Amino acid sequence: MTELLDLTAAQAISRIQAGDLAAGEVFETYRERAAADDLNAFTWVADPAPDGVPSGAPLAGIPLAVKDLFCTEGVPSQSGSKILEGYRPPYTATAVEKLTRAGATLLGKTNQDEFAMGSSNENSAYGPVRNPWDRERVPGGSSGGSAAAVAAGLAPWALGTDTGGSIRQPAALCGIVGLKPTYGAISRYGMIAFASSLDQAGPFTRDVTDAALVLRHMVGQDPCDSTSLAFPEEIALPQGVDLRGLTLGVPQELTGDGIEPGVREAFNATLALAEQLGARVETCSLPHAPHALSAYYLIAPAEASANLARFDGVRYGLRVEGDDLLGMYTQTREAGFGAEVKRRIMLGTYALSSGYYDAYYGRAQQVRTKVAEDFRAAFERFDLLVTPTAPSVAFRLGEKVDDPLAMYLNDVCTVPMSLAGIPAISIPNGLSDGLPVGFQLCGPAFSENRLLQAAYVLEQALDFDGSAARR
Amino acid sequence: MSYEPVIGLEIHVQLKTRTKMFCGCELSFGDPPNTHTCPVCLGLPGALPVANARAIHYALLIGLALGCEPAPRSIFHRKNYFYPDLPKGYQISQYDIPICSGGRLGDVRIHRAHLEEDAAKLVHVGASGRIHGADESVVDFNRGGTPLVEIVTEPDVRSAAQAREWLTLLRETLRQLGVSDVNMEEGSLRCDANVSIRPAGSDVLGTKTELKNMNSFRYLERGIEAEIARQTAIVEAGGQVEQETLHYDVVTGAISSLRSKEEAHDYRYFPEPDLVPIVVDEGMIEAARAELPELPAQRAERYERELGLSPDSARQLAFRADLAAYFEQALASDGEHPQTLANWVTGELVARVGDGDPAASKVEPAALAKLVALLRAKQVTPGAAKQVLDTLVARGGDPQAIVEAEGLRAIGGGDELAEVVERALASDPDAVEKLKAGNMKAIGPIVGFVMRETKGRADGGEVTRLVREQLRL
Repeated sequence: MTELLDLTAAQAISRIQAGDLAAGEVFETYRERAAADDLNAFTWVADPAPDGVPSGAPLAGIPLAVKDLFCTEGVPSQSGSKILEGYRPPYTATAVEKLTRAGATLLGKTNQDEFAMGSSNENSAYGPVRNPWDRERVPGGSSGGSAAAVAAGLAPWALGTDTGGSIRQPAALCGIVGLKPTYGAISRYGMIAFASSLDQAGPFTRDVTDAALVLRHMVGQDPCDSTSLAFPEEIALPQGVDLRGLTLGVPQELTGDGIEPGVREAFNATLALAEQLGARVETCSLPHAPHALSAYYLIAPAEASANLARFDGVRYGLRVEGDDLLGMYTQTREAGFGAEVKRRIMLGTYALSSGYYDAYYGRAQQVRTKVAEDFRAAFERFDLLVTPTAPSVAFRLGEKVDDPLAMYLNDVCTVPMSLAGIPAISIPNGLSDGLPVGFQLCGPAFSENRLLQAAYVLEQALDFDGSAARR
Repeated sequence: MSYEPVIGLEIHVQLKTRTKMFCGCELSFGDPPNTHTCPVCLGLPGALPVANARAIHYALLIGLALGCEPAPRSIFHRKNYFYPDLPKGYQISQYDIPICSGGRLGDVRIHRAHLEEDAAKLVHVGASGRIHGADESVVDFNRGGTPLVEIVTEPDVRSAAQAREWLTLLRETLRQLGVSDVNMEEGSLRCDANVSIRPAGSDVLGTKTELKNMNSFRYLERGIEAEIARQTAIVEAGGQVEQETLHYDVVTGAISSLRSKEEAHDYRYFPEPDLVPIVVDEGMIEAARAELPELPAQRAERYERELGLSPDSARQLAFRADLAAYFEQALASDGEHPQTLANWVTGELVARVGDGDPAASKVEPAALAKLVALLRAKQVTPGAAKQVLDTLVARGGDPQAIVEAEGLRAIGGGDELAEVVERALASDPDAVEKLKAGNMKAIGPIVGFVMRETKGRADGGEVTRLVREQLRL
């Protein structure tokens, strides 16, 4: 069994297809581990599959953990919120549907910050998730359950969503690979929305090859999502041994103050490694990036304030009766939403109010355009840009819950790419004081193949061992 | 001081597409509640809207018919407010960049026409019939998400009657486009009116009130009249009109303030991030233009220009597609006397067949044309022609044959009529005296006598000529 846990998903698929491993055994091994989860990573785990697991399709029945906010037909999909407690949707999200059709088997639903609002997974109505590297620490968020599950070997891979860093930051804090694809590459249909213009699904995997494999089966235009786009090329499985011919830019605005020494050290070491591998590494500038976080914390809450209006107690989910209609609304939402969700709904409602729209939402959109222009300009000189994924390693549970601003600063390196809608990946970049550090690479829209390729070469050279978390 | 009303109209048109504005559910009217729903139109978590291409095409048709300029790129916004008939907590509508703007229909300028989705239907169970005080309120989402085009006019309307007449023109225009059922009672055509008054001659706008959802042409006219009267009374008493949303009670005629979702004035509009902009290219505009039929306003203009009809006749025909079609068919069989034919279609025929399509009656268009020809040739008198039309309406047939069978042929000049006139004069020496004294009014009883004797077949002009001849006047 230990041997099975050491396999990446791609390796397990090869063995299943060669007849050396039974798909049912892989599923049951992970299912039992997920059911015995003591990290609180799962909110629902599949039943055993007595009729076996079909292994014919490309993904050979490999179990898949799915973030709670993806709608899965007949299976609780609560987005980490009490207001959706017990809610079982009548349909399945396109991204999950596509992976299932490609042969993945639904293993379970993973814990998350409520409505994906958070960077520590402490905002879940179903309790915090623990980091398998140190159970007193957070796994990051908002896709904390998915990240912890993959890092701890409770799932071979998992789906998450990234709005401002919700895949990349927990991947970094848990020592695994997390990919946020180009906005529009993957359908959002069936993802319980946080911020529609930013939300993007993506994989958590143990290595870059697995990330490419999942991505290959997730991308594509969806008639149910008008903002989705056809991916211009097939996602290739990465290969290669060096970074010759590649120019990497290091944005000074995202690598300066506020980066913890251990994280900075690891980052600089990897820059040196990249040069050894043949890459040209140069400092560059994203002049508007320092304003990205402020813009993000206006745009995302503004969209969220509207997206979350549907949770009104009328049709589904929690309802608390009131004296009249307004009473029912306010008491349902008072009881159903957590503190951070309420905070962001208020922020967003305020930012959109008449008289404040131009100063807040309007101005934030201008900043967003400027940030995207900065990236476009940078990519005329550089193939990819690199930064630390998060400014620190995993922090202690409870350490930042009372300081929302400190919590928001976790996203400082990941938010600019989200605003620009460009792809970014976080790969494990060693340990600092025994805790994982992430290295982020980002590229122009639809440059996923280039990104995965470079990430793969660095991954091979870094040779990170995450097995300690899978004990 | 006299006051001038200033009225602008906001019209919601339910489009007759097969499916809803943002999902694949079929439109329905009268089906069991909540049988045409899906995750999108129920606002389930994770569902996303996709704009209906047919609805965009219909909006372009409407825009072009109203002389609007289609925007090459328009966007959807979210209009945020809480109400149980609005499953997402926001309505997807258009805000600062509508699909069509500017334009004119008849004597009223069009401000804009934009696309949006309809709300669901709320039913309040209990005595009040309103949400306040209802025992229970239930929602039928069948209607939710029906495509709507909202048409907003400039404040160019100056009276309740003009509002009614203009809305009739709009309805007919939309009907001929085939984009909507345009039925006010069923709600596929809804009209709100923005009403204000100002001293006659002033060009400053007064404070306006919004009069909601009057569900028939009659109520629209009465509602606006009542509101003009209410505002005039307030101003004449030295008061000030307050800007508010009003409800016109069709039973009592009373106007009351509406308190409901309108209390929240800040809709926090922002661009709908789940939808991409509507990009209208030349091809789409050409496709819509090619589909435009001749519209009522153009048709009325053509009737005046080419047929020389009076403006009234031209409008009466052109604003009713069935009348216009009937008229043109009749004209095709005999086009000698368009104005007389128009008068007979809009007057005598409509008086007999009512609001129904005259083509469904027993009167063939060619038969009416023939009757008009007989009339103009003085082969029948107007009175006799009406009798022939009665017969045509009852049994159909050929007017000429009816004239012969019923002995309705006009008695022309000559001996037959001269003999009757002679008898008439002989029977009324008193009238003869007066006529000889120059009092031509006295001819009435003489003509009456002749008409009785000839069963209306005599031509009044000819009778007068014979009287003058015989009395040597």
